[in-house]
Amino acid sequence: MSVLAWVQNAPLTGLLLTLAAYRAALALSRRYHGHPLANTVLMGAVMVIAVLLLLGMDFQQYMKGAGFIQFLLGPVTVALAIPLYNNLGRLRKSGLPILLAIIAGSAAGVVTAVCAGLLFDMPRSMVLSLAPRSATTPIAMGVAEVLGGIPALAATFVIVTGIIGAICAKPLMQLLRIQDDVVLGVATGVAAHGIGTARVFQLSETAGAFAGLAMGLTGLFTAILAPILVHYLML
Amino acid sequence: MIETFIWLLAYQFIGEVIARSLGWPVPGAVLGMLLLFITLCARRGVPRALRDNIPRLMTHMSLLFIPAGVGILAFWPMLSAHPLSLPILLVVATLSTFIITALVLQLGLWWQKRRRPA
Repeated sequence: MSVLAWVQNAPLTGLLLTLAAYRAALALSRRYHGHPLANTVLMGAVMVIAVLLLLGMDFQQYMKGAGFIQFLLGPVTVALAIPLYNNLGRLRKSGLPILLAIIAGSAAGVVTAVCAGLLFDMPRSMVLSLAPRSATTPIAMGVAEVLGGIPALAATFVIVTGIIGAICAKPLMQLLRIQDDVVLGVATGVAAHGIGTARVFQLSETAGAFAGLAMGLTGLFTAILAPILVHYLML
Repeated sequence: MIETFIWLLAYQFIGEVIARSLGWPVPGAVLGMLLLFITLCARRGVPRALRDNIPRLMTHMSLLFIPAGVGILAFWPMLSAHPLSLPILLVVATLSTFIITALVLQLGLWWQKRRRPA
């Protein structure tokens, strides 16, 4: 087996590449003082894609190593309970408005995507795959399937939505003059699930805690609301 | 570090088993987060294994999304089919979702403060 074939197929390659790309993205983000476009997920992914194209590796070969990193999303999602617990006082005080905002935001996530899709006259299967894009990937894929969309398409829309939300979180915060980390966290978690949550953890632990909560509940409400809303919007 | 991972993986495992056995469409990890949160509330405190290592872990959460982010490669063919409408749709829908959520929450907090002056 040639050296290149080993490099392409070794789990070590994907693993090292992901860590190195993240480290470089982090350095870029710090260099540009957290400029929105210097987003660590976007920059890291773009660098990985460039190297994969250079080495002639496909996604399956890359995931042999990167899969280990992706696997950690599970335990880290569980760990979101800890910052949330540290903000228990605020959660008790503002629980009802937070819950109402998450329900309203989950509905808005579905309605805006479906209405815009109909307005642009997109194919039905694409609109149905866009509907659950505010939820986390496993929920969005399940909901898309129930609606009659395409799960793989839905997964891609989820990622792109998350990156857009993560990039725009800080500019929107400044535009809307949001001074409360709880508002920043909830809005980012609803609009941009885990990628948004990861972004606001770089800004504030409180925002991250509430983004994590919002992400979990948005998944739940999207699963409940999407079939009902789509039924009324696409008669 | 070992204990930290045992806690987290155990709660994810329990979450996965419950979600699958009840046929709920919720990911096991999200259910695990909820169960751990309930446990912490019942214990009235965070065990040491979770208190010391977690905050550092969370600031690097972005790293874990890079493999999924590489999936934007799959976005290219779709983008060429709808080069203008799809990006506009995704940006408008995402930003308006953020703005609606933030406004509803700010309104709710303002209303709550007016009813219950601190």
